[in-house]
Amino acid sequence: MNLLEVDDVSIAFDGVRVLDHLSLSLAPGELRFLIGPNGAGKTTLIDVVSGKTRPDSGRVSFDGDDVLGLEPHQLARRGMGRKFQTPAIFPSLTVRENLEVAGGSDQRHAGWGLLRRLQPEIEERIRDTLHLTRLGADASTRAGLLSHGQPQWLEIGMLLVQRPRLMLLDEPVAGLTRAERDRTSELLKVVQQHCAMLVVEHDMAFVRQFDARVTVLHQGRVLVEGELSEVQKDERVIEVYLGSLQPDETAVAA
Amino acid sequence: MATIGLCADSFALMRRVVICASAVLLLATVFVLPSLLDPFRLNLLGKYLCFALVALGLDLLWGYAGQLSLGQSVLFGLGAYLFGMYLKLESSGGKLPDFMSWSGLTELPLFWRPFASPIVALIAAVLIPALLGVALGYLLSRSRIVGVYFAIITQALAFIATTLFIGQQPFTGGTNGLTNFSTIFGQPLRDSTVQVWLFQVTTLVLAVCLGLTLWLSRSRFGRLLVALRDDEQRVRFCGYDPTLLRAIVFGLSAALAGLGGVLFVPQVGIVNPDSLGIILGIQMVIWVAVGGRGTLIGAVVGAIVVNSLQTAVSESLPDLWQYGIGALFVITVLLFPRGLAGSVSLRDRPRLEAA
Repeated sequence: MNLLEVDDVSIAFDGVRVLDHLSLSLAPGELRFLIGPNGAGKTTLIDVVSGKTRPDSGRVSFDGDDVLGLEPHQLARRGMGRKFQTPAIFPSLTVRENLEVAGGSDQRHAGWGLLRRLQPEIEERIRDTLHLTRLGADASTRAGLLSHGQPQWLEIGMLLVQRPRLMLLDEPVAGLTRAERDRTSELLKVVQQHCAMLVVEHDMAFVRQFDARVTVLHQGRVLVEGELSEVQKDERVIEVYLGSLQPDETAVAA
Repeated sequence: MATIGLCADSFALMRRVVICASAVLLLATVFVLPSLLDPFRLNLLGKYLCFALVALGLDLLWGYAGQLSLGQSVLFGLGAYLFGMYLKLESSGGKLPDFMSWSGLTELPLFWRPFASPIVALIAAVLIPALLGVALGYLLSRSRIVGVYFAIITQALAFIATTLFIGQQPFTGGTNGLTNFSTIFGQPLRDSTVQVWLFQVTTLVLAVCLGLTLWLSRSRFGRLLVALRDDEQRVRFCGYDPTLLRAIVFGLSAALAGLGGVLFVPQVGIVNPDSLGIILGIQMVIWVAVGGRGTLIGAVVGAIVVNSLQTAVSESLPDLWQYGIGALFVITVLLFPRGLAGSVSLRDRPRLEAA
């Protein structure tokens, strides 16, 4: 059974079709990249899957359950984690506190549990995550003072502590330096072993580092799906990218 | 390592000193102050301590959860009115309260009847504002009315409440409010031992509430409130319901405001629509801002200091106070954005600036 099933989803904003009868499925543990020119509907798709936006029609099921209409916090508790394009962390809290907030939303820790300490099991998970994201030395630093790149890793770490079965990532390496990209891909390769991931990404060099299938979106529809090398040779993909007069998107042909 | 160890030691020592000093201060306030201050000053201080309770709740809501309310006065006034209903009934000695007969009522309205019991009145005066806070917090947050819109709505609420209470004269006493109280729990209210006792109870209640809110602010719940202030979206995607959190914290702050109102009314001897009003609602925000947001102690200090200043200035220069409080607010915001407590804090607590 597929972990995520997006079936015939459509949504329009002010009369503009952003997603047009789009279907997509993801197997448990699968890593999938989502590419496509600006306005192809990549972020909207992530919004729909994570419960942030409700589509006009279609179905979304997660782990066999119909999840359309569930709130993001309910989906998060069912095992869906989401990373935003600009890192969404809590700047006033320390790195460790950020991870504690992320790790404490399950039944035992929410509600009245918020007045108690975290279970040792979660504490251990937090220690592991600090190690994995190399933020151990900064555990007591306020997250707002982290240097460039680190907030991205912290956010990924926060998702890891949540132990999701599906992670949705929106351009995890946008605006990062070369070294930071490498570090991020290392991190994501570890994450890949734990959960399925759906990643929106523009950077083809980054995508190439993973052995993963790629779905190309265009005008709210799935244009092509396959290995990166096949996709890059596809006539329609080249047409969409090169013919769209968006020089910043031509990276796909590189 | 040695210096770190030394630091930890001196912090532990400082902590112990602070705890001892607080205990001494509390005991001195409860047992020594009543014999030092004349009854009039003691009564004023008691009133400020009631305001400090409200400030404590507002700080939890504003300083931690980042949600400014300009309508805490409504919840405070509501608590004061509800407990005032009991005082009024007891003072009327089984007869219809005076303002009701002036307004032409011949028998006690149904919703007034349970308030003949001090226990019912006491519980209702804390619980009803709390429930109102939870309901408002839930509905406003669910409609995504947060931030400045929340502040505006709560201010409108203060206006509505004032208008309502003035308009419903037969049930609320109109502009005069509820007054002419004579006894509390069967004891003469103006008796100085009763007033000292009320002051002592207020001090202890404030100390307990300060302790509880400090503990709460250091719990994971407190950190979650700060997280909510920082990034609501992330809180949501971490698996928490921000609507529920907002409802809970507004409910808590409302309960503290109601409790402040309960203790206020027997000490001041009157509650009128001014206690629910816009001006008081804004002053409450100023107490917290001057004292220092996000510190809780600052809210208490701010309420006491600003009100003492207000009394001192308005006693000698009655017309100037309005300018004084305005200037104080502007100076605080411009020069000491972290307020009194934030500015003297020994530890570096930059998290207070982020709101």
